[in-house]
Amino acid sequence: MRSFYGTDLTNPLMLGTAQYPSPAILKEAFAASGAAVATVSLRREGAGGTGQAFWQMIQALGVQILPNTAGCHTVKEAVTTARMAREVFGTNWIKLELIGHTDSLQPDVFQLVETARILADDGFQVFPYTTEDLIVGERLLKAGCEVLMPWGAPIGSGRGLSNKYALRAMRAEFPDVPLVVDAGIGLPSHAAQAMELGYDAVLLNTAVARAGDPVAMARAMMAAIEAGQLAHQADPIEARDMAEPSTPVIGKAFLS
Amino acid sequence: MKILLNGTPRETTAKTLDVLLAECGYSGRVATAINEDFVPAAARCKTDLHDGDRIEVVAPMQGG
Repeated sequence: MRSFYGTDLTNPLMLGTAQYPSPAILKEAFAASGAAVATVSLRREGAGGTGQAFWQMIQALGVQILPNTAGCHTVKEAVTTARMAREVFGTNWIKLELIGHTDSLQPDVFQLVETARILADDGFQVFPYTTEDLIVGERLLKAGCEVLMPWGAPIGSGRGLSNKYALRAMRAEFPDVPLVVDAGIGLPSHAAQAMELGYDAVLLNTAVARAGDPVAMARAMMAAIEAGQLAHQADPIEARDMAEPSTPVIGKAFLS
Repeated sequence: MKILLNGTPRETTAKTLDVLLAECGYSGRVATAINEDFVPAAARCKTDLHDGDRIEVVAPMQGG
């Protein structure tokens, strides 16, 4: 497995921490999935100090923390959020989200590249949430990113891989860059497809957290990711339009 | 002076950011920004507050 900014992960699942029915189920889902990375966020702290309890729980998970800049719409907002996240979470890793479109939550790739450059120059290890556009990917790498995270489908939509062709092209274009499908995964089969394409990891949240049984779904996701990874390593056959008999024709009894 | 703390107007006599945080009962892991600029924890005691400042105090939260 490829390393992410020099860090070797124990497995290719990056799991979000939002929307679980309870903190206990979140913990169980992480244990069941074995996810190596937890994505987290920053929000205004109220007088009750709810963030401190969450911080202790996340630390107890014993996984790599990946803070995000979710909900940021401008360069300034994302840079300030990233700097606050670095201090609070004590990591240079940042999942850079720069939202450009309200309904689809599509990244604003122009601001994304600009922000990635500022953060990389400031010592951050940037995980950019991007589209599957090859040129944007190239610009992000030039800006200092060493990982790319194209979307599978809009965040929380559960639609799976909307553009497998483009994701395959991205894998082919950047053979040595760690690639993560981030967002849009709804089913284990979607996660398996991402791994079958040769992606290095899958980042998901809603599909597990909002499932009727998040713990069982977490386990299913990990099983699918392992299956997809094994399948990719096993060099799958190419699909073809016409049938090709799998049973040998030669030696068939002549009965008609 | 009057400031905005996490979007809520507040009257304070605190002259620096660290004093304001203590006055509001913040402790533990929080990060701060004034007028959209990050203020590192180590700089809070040297950061003067001004009338109308917009102060953000954030903490770890669930995220995807």
